[in-house]
Amino acid sequence: MTTSARIWREKPHRYRLEGVRCKKCGRTWVPARQVCPCGSRGLSAMVLPEEGRILTWTVVHTGHPEFSDSTPYALVVVEFGKGARLLMQLADFRREDLKIGRKVKVEFRKVQAAGESGVLCYGYKAVACSE
Amino acid sequence: MRPVAIIGTGITKFGELWEQSLRDLFTEAALKAVEHSKAPRLDALYVGCMAPGLFNGQEHLGALAADYLGMGPIPATRVESACASGGLALLQAVIAVGSGVYDYVLAGGVEKMNDVSGGAATLALGTAADGDYELFFGATFPSLYALMATAHMARHGTTREMLTAVAVKNHFHGSKNPNAQYPFEIKPAAVADSPLVAEPLHLLDCSPITDGAAAVVVAPLDLAKKLVKKPVVVSGFGHATDTLALHHRDDMTELKAVALAARKAYGMAKLAPKDIHVAEVHDCFTIAEIMTCEALGFAKPGEGGRIALKGETRLGGRIPVNTSGGLKAKGHPVGATGVAQIVELVAQLRGEAGARQVKGAKVGLAQNMGGTGASSTVTILEVTK
Repeated sequence: MTTSARIWREKPHRYRLEGVRCKKCGRTWVPARQVCPCGSRGLSAMVLPEEGRILTWTVVHTGHPEFSDSTPYALVVVEFGKGARLLMQLADFRREDLKIGRKVKVEFRKVQAAGESGVLCYGYKAVACSE
Repeated sequence: MRPVAIIGTGITKFGELWEQSLRDLFTEAALKAVEHSKAPRLDALYVGCMAPGLFNGQEHLGALAADYLGMGPIPATRVESACASGGLALLQAVIAVGSGVYDYVLAGGVEKMNDVSGGAATLALGTAADGDYELFFGATFPSLYALMATAHMARHGTTREMLTAVAVKNHFHGSKNPNAQYPFEIKPAAVADSPLVAEPLHLLDCSPITDGAAAVVVAPLDLAKKLVKKPVVVSGFGHATDTLALHHRDDMTELKAVALAARKAYGMAKLAPKDIHVAEVHDCFTIAEIMTCEALGFAKPGEGGRIALKGETRLGGRIPVNTSGGLKAKGHPVGATGVAQIVELVAQLRGEAGARQVKGAKVGLAQNMGGTGASSTVTILEVTK
């Protein structure tokens, strides 16, 4: 399902964490959207901070065929300030890093090699900040 | 809306049904429902199916379903809301009959999942999540529910034993259901000893890959009374949505769409959670049953695991949940699930559920959800006096 056009189109969100802030309710969103769930269409461009905290986590042991080489891998939901949340892998994880509230920073990484031709897809992954 | 009743039900065996195709399964369940209902004709049909394009290379299911049912010219529509496709197909039929447009409408659900490999099935099911922002980063359905489980355990003190209690209970119920994919009991230790899929969820916390179909026939109550002895009335229903991506929810330990759909259904039926005698809920994973029991008001927020552990949701308990075996033991042919729940409740309310009968059950509730709870239907059924 991953095509070069699709990868190219997602560059602002996946490569640069560009999104929007709602002028009415103040919430931030990645990817950018045309309407805030609060109903407002007054949205301005913003870029997410690079640090956030883990809201929840899991370690995936079986499943996703595109990631069979990297199993087991950790998935986390990261909250950036009091706004946007994103799901991403926690790269190079140690068990002790898998904690709700753990501070992480977002890095530009290879996410997967898609399809039979192995098109490299880049995006963001979290890494634990030194404590 | 005029009162609507269910007048007939049909269901196939659930499991790995190598000899039956997508169309075979739908037709078997639909024919059983039509014959059971004694309806003189069908005016329309709705078929819930999540991903026949990915599982079977087949779309355009409405026409296929009507064609193979021998009902060629009738209007036929496929309904898709991921794993809530069946529940939503039923609601479309109820609304169509309730509005007065049609009298006799079939609501069916089907999924033929075993024609692809496990990996391809994982990706097909994954399309119910956010493709660009969940799947792309390595999320699978078990992993998304695992994220909810981790958050629920941290917030509410839900434990491994509580998750296990749900699986053991549903297998106990499933052992009494000959149509179930896994009609046998399991020991508590087997759950935690089964392979890890996505921490904290093990294989036996997960519903299986299943082939199967279910169907019901819906009619206006006045006509229903002339055809069947015990029409089962749809006294309330609700349907709601939430953010597609789990991470966009304000609180990942709540199923807001389920709670909203339930509120609408309870309001329409003029009933409260304590009035429900038997329920079929969407236990795609053990944590999902815990969270739906909370959203439906069977347990206080955070107490869903505790009521399972105490046996309150077991046959003979305060509110028996998933007497069919649920998705866990009965199986989860995704598009069929929401309709199969109704088939079970109709049997319960008519006193025809055999070894798994809830004594004196007069009011039942079905809850069917798509994705991580991004869509949910709730339907309340009552048997007429």
